[in-house]
Amino acid sequence: MSGFFKSSIGRKVAMALSAFFLMFFLLQHFAINSLSVFSADTFNEVSHFMGTNPLIQYVLQPVLIFGVVFHFVMGFVLEIKNKKARNVAYVKNNGAANSSWMSRNMIWSGVAILAFIILHFIDFWFPEINTKFIEGDWSGMHEGIDGYRYFDELQHKFESHVRTIAYVVAFIFLMLHLLHGFTSAFQSMGSTAGRKKTLQNIGKAYAIIIPLGFIFIAIYHHLKHVLS
Amino acid sequence: MSGKGMNLTLKIWRQKGPEDKGKMVDYKVTDISEHMSFLEMMDVLNEQLIAEGNEPVAFDHDCREGICGMCSMYINGEAHGPDRGVTTCQLHMRMFKDGDTITIEPFRATAFPVIKDLVVDRTAFDRIQHAGGYISVNTSGNTQDANSIPISKHAADEAMDAATCIGCGACVATCKNSSAMLFVGAKVSQYALLPQGQVEAADRVRNMVSQMDLEGFGNCTNTGACEVECPKGISLENIARMNRELMKASI
Amino acid sequence: MATLDSKVPKGPLKDKWTTYKDHINLVNPANKRHIDIIVVGTGLAGGSAAATLAELGYNVKAFCYQDSPRRAHSIAAQGGINAAKNYQGDGDSTYRLFYDTVKGGDYRSREANVYRLAEVSANIIDQCVAQGVPFARDYGGLLDNRSFGGVLVSRTFYAKGQTGQQLLLGAYSAMNRQIARGKIQMYNRHEMLDVVKIDGKARGIIARDLITGKIERHSAHAVVIASGGYGNVYFLSTNAMGSNATAAWKIHKKGAYFANPCYTQIHPTCIPRSGDYQSKLTLMSESLRNDGRIWVPKNMDDVLAIREGRKKPTDLSEDERDYYLERRYPAFGNLVPRDVASRAAKERCDAGYGVNATGEAVYLDFKSAIERYGKEQAKIHNIDNPSKEKITELGEKIVEAKYGNLFQMYEKIVDENPYKTPMMIYPATHYTMGGVWVDYNLMTTVDGLYCIGEANFSDHGANRLGASALMQGLADGYFVLPYTIGDYLANDIRTGKIPTDTKEFDEAEKEVTDRINFFINNEGTKSVDYFHKRLGKVMWDKVGMSRNEKGLKEAMTEIKAIREEFWKDVKVPGSAFEMNPELEKAGRVADFLELGELFAKDALHRNESCGGHFREESVELDGEQKGEAKRKDDEFAYVAAWEYKGEPADAVLHKEELEFKDIELKQRSYK
Ligand SMILES: Cc1cc2nc3c(=O)[nH]c(=O)nc-3n(C[C@H](O)[C@H](O)[C@H](O)COP(=O)(O)OP(=O)(O)OC[C@H]3O[C@@H](n4cnc5c(N)ncnc54)[C@H](O)[C@@H]3O)c2cc1C
Ligand code: HEM
Ligand code: HEM
Ligand code: SF4
Ligand code: F3S
Ligand code: FES
Repeated sequence: MSGFFKSSIGRKVAMALSAFFLMFFLLQHFAINSLSVFSADTFNEVSHFMGTNPLIQYVLQPVLIFGVVFHFVMGFVLEIKNKKARNVAYVKNNGAANSSWMSRNMIWSGVAILAFIILHFIDFWFPEINTKFIEGDWSGMHEGIDGYRYFDELQHKFESHVRTIAYVVAFIFLMLHLLHGFTSAFQSMGSTAGRKKTLQNIGKAYAIIIPLGFIFIAIYHHLKHVLS
Repeated sequence: MSGKGMNLTLKIWRQKGPEDKGKMVDYKVTDISEHMSFLEMMDVLNEQLIAEGNEPVAFDHDCREGICGMCSMYINGEAHGPDRGVTTCQLHMRMFKDGDTITIEPFRATAFPVIKDLVVDRTAFDRIQHAGGYISVNTSGNTQDANSIPISKHAADEAMDAATCIGCGACVATCKNSSAMLFVGAKVSQYALLPQGQVEAADRVRNMVSQMDLEGFGNCTNTGACEVECPKGISLENIARMNRELMKASI
Repeated sequence: MATLDSKVPKGPLKDKWTTYKDHINLVNPANKRHIDIIVVGTGLAGGSAAATLAELGYNVKAFCYQDSPRRAHSIAAQGGINAAKNYQGDGDSTYRLFYDTVKGGDYRSREANVYRLAEVSANIIDQCVAQGVPFARDYGGLLDNRSFGGVLVSRTFYAKGQTGQQLLLGAYSAMNRQIARGKIQMYNRHEMLDVVKIDGKARGIIARDLITGKIERHSAHAVVIASGGYGNVYFLSTNAMGSNATAAWKIHKKGAYFANPCYTQIHPTCIPRSGDYQSKLTLMSESLRNDGRIWVPKNMDDVLAIREGRKKPTDLSEDERDYYLERRYPAFGNLVPRDVASRAAKERCDAGYGVNATGEAVYLDFKSAIERYGKEQAKIHNIDNPSKEKITELGEKIVEAKYGNLFQMYEKIVDENPYKTPMMIYPATHYTMGGVWVDYNLMTTVDGLYCIGEANFSDHGANRLGASALMQGLADGYFVLPYTIGDYLANDIRTGKIPTDTKEFDEAEKEVTDRINFFINNEGTKSVDYFHKRLGKVMWDKVGMSRNEKGLKEAMTEIKAIREEFWKDVKVPGSAFEMNPELEKAGRVADFLELGELFAKDALHRNESCGGHFREESVELDGEQKGEAKRKDDEFAYVAAWEYKGEPADAVLHKEELEFKDIELKQRSYK
């Protein structure tokens, strides 16, 4: 088994496993964040639960962070190795003739997502960590005022045009990443041809609906601010 | 037929030997019939070069009917050119128009070093096969009767589809990662699908994959270009099957 | 005249091989490690031999000119491989396969060899299945068979239209196993350019590394030549571009007799030439004749209309078509043997009825088959009163399942859809029955020098039946040579390694380098292909499907003249110490230019018509068979083995008389 992850296929499988994990996270992240559209209270309650539950905070969160880091580091490693596998480039290469743009540019859509994640962490995660682990405030309340802070903090972030646009653009890259990534991960895990069509359809649905949903959430909060 | 043929500009990779740096050189050919095969057009060019006292372009070819897997040109940015389901030798000039400029390069991959002009060294494929591309049975003829191993038609047909790979290397040439997984996947699959191949299945896939990695091929990111450009229509399913086989073998 | 001893063992035909094996000398396993064998060629014959010899324990060095042993031209065989398995229960047997092969070869093959071939044929299938060759199967999971021209049973095993490929990959995999074990040393992109003889025995070869141009010496205790056929002497053939006679010709010049060079198979169903630039011809498998009907228009007007594009073949009614094979040979119709079908096509085209621009094409029409299958399918699917379109649709499906890959290949080359319009076909050079003379042990007239596969004069007499070359190649390599060579090598266990720093190697190497230097330094003006094409034209026109004394004499003079011009005026660009395809071609064409003349000489001397060799002077003059080929058993029932004496025209004839104890000689009739 140890040799397995050193082999090209092993790396491929590891990549796919991390991607599965990220896709699962994204699904639940989407579910929780979409609550912010329907009900501020529910969103606050769920956020508070997630933000204070020890299992989630001390087990799942580190795993997630590791997953994210592993995924993009591995992504870069593979990209570099793969580039090395062709030491002289073609003078003329017509990639569009045989493969999708998405599949050929995973690294670029990935880089865009990485940029987003950095921004996103500055926006939400670092403040969260700061509040909870540095300041030791686990109450989930606004300073001095009664009531959860989560929803308000979220709304506040989407007041800026620039940030909203940056988010929307990043989500489009996420869509492109997933349009290839979803089925690719299954292929890497050796899924059989019999289920190929169904998987492709599910993949398409996932890759389009989730990022569109995120876009909706971002624009929703932004418009709410602009219009109010 | 003469007089109304095509006039073409060819941009061809010329490289004297493995150590030479190499460069693209322009040539003109005239009066090319649309019924010519691509390699016959190259013959015309070479005759012209010889007559002018220049060195002809070296390229690999042998059967000229799409089965030996020797021919290997990257034409206008695609392995074996713009047509589908064909090798370079089966590509015909009717795919091109009068006045076209055609770019011709060798198959490129670090594991396929250029020997001269358009000729590359694909012995890495052979070495992968040495690592396990066989069933360890003696050729003594003292085997059991052929019909004592019934094999379902479905499995036999699928194994056959995988086995039709001609080892041309177009999959590697076309893959943005220079991955050889379609080729190796096809070989692993042929044996994985047959009862005769079961005994050594685990060792075979492990050894072949590790040799593939040693040769410096890239990793597959499932772009699927190889399947599209493969002259024999080898399916991506073979890569998935190889992945499964390796996982099975590693557990 | 030295007598040719075929070394056929005594005893009844059926027991010869078994008795032989029981009495030969064996080399013990420990000693095999001290014996080296060179195998030139990695096709079905060479590949299977190299693998088996290595497995037995010998040290094998294998050579091929391609970049991988898997690319030998055996890979191109489409149709199938025969074996007397009688899986179909249609009465097949070793004897029947033997009988069909001898009859098909027009009684010009050696009985004992053919019987042995038939005997080991069944083993081949077992062996290949064990190796993982994916032969076609039926729904019960058992092996499927198809039938081929000239026989009455279904004994052909196949793997779609790629049987040769699958069998070769099987042999290649067996080689890989031995390469991995270090028992075979593989020399890809190497060309054997001469054999080295020491004390009359073959002890090594001189080869050129085709990448670096380096000339190498390789020694061994025995040398096996498995370099394939010489069909490219015609320039255009179904052979690969690199297929050549060099290895065979070089050993001929060093003492191996060359047998029956004039026996060549011109295959009836190939895609016609489309212009002067044509570089090779593509075969459409013989199996197509099971369902295709061959015809040309009856009227000259229609021929011209079709050539000028005023009419399409589909416009012609049944009455306006001449199904000439069905007309001339009602009993076998479109399934007459290859030589008969080819000559009939030539006869029509010579008479002016050829249907394409070059006037060298006839139609192979699947319309009736599509209709027949369509109706059958409609019945199976319970479709009442099916429309014409429905029938065509159903029928095309069946035809596609059977021949899909061939139809696709055709469409890619010709750009016409053969489901809708008849295919155009014309005969092309395909296989050479002639080759290096070998005895029962497959040894040539030089000690320790063996020749197997298409390169030897083989078991097919004057004409080869479909699906039997693959059988012969694998039989030679897997099952025959490994025994017979052991018998010879048993005397060599104490010889020790053969040194390569001897004068014999010096001399052979010098000859090779001199010739290469000549080519590189010759200030000629014409390319190698220029000469090759001219040779091909003479061969095709005068030593082709139909031959006569006048033409053959002319051919000999003309070939000689081309050869002389070649040596004066050939131009080879580049240098000797690099990859140089023109230099490779020059060497090969130089040999073809000699072989071609001997070929014509052999054809001239054999004043009879047999198998693929048709002499216009030797035809039936009257009766039902009027105009058909006439064999002359009382004069020509022998193998003509030629000894090299300098000029091809001076070659000396040695005869191996053929005795038929188990078969009665008959004139073939397919009427
Ligand atoms: C298109 C086509 C279809 C056919 N279909 C059938 C069929 O359906 N059934 C059937 O039974 N037969 C068929 N045949 C015939 C059959 O394929 C061949 O006769 C047979 O495969 C020859 O095998 P071989 O091993 O003798 O030679 P080949 O396979 O030709 O191998 C020759 C080997 O010798 C090497 N070589 C040659 N010269 C040199 C040199 N100087 N130095 C080093 N190496 C050298 C080559 O590299 C190659 O490895 C077909 C032939 C053709 C052309
Ligand atoms: C952090 C920045 C990211 C980078 C740099 C990145 C980079 C990459 C790269 C280069 C690949 C192709 C490698 C391969 O297929 O083997 C890839 C695959 C993939 N990525 Fe990402 N990615 C990032 C984030 C994400 C996120 C957030 C998700 C999903 C929520 C995701 C989902 C996937 C999927 C599903 C695959 C396909 C896996 C496979 O083919 O097995 N990625 N990523
Ligand atoms: C409109 C869209 C989004 C909103 C409103 C949003 C909101 C948030 C919030 C509020 C947090 C902090 C939660 C916490 O740490 O407890 C968070 C964390 C995070 N978000 Fe988002 N997010 C959005 C889109 C995305 C997308 C598309 C991705 C992935 C590509 C993503 C990845 C993450 C990650 C990795 C964390 C850190 C999680 C943790 O460690 O707990 N987010 N997000
Ligand atoms: S898989 Fe296809 S492209 Fe790759 S080597 Fe085989 S035939 Fe060529
Ligand atoms: S093109 Fe390359 S990325 Fe994979 S699917 Fe084919 S090997
Ligand atoms: S030359 Fe053989 S496949 Fe193209």
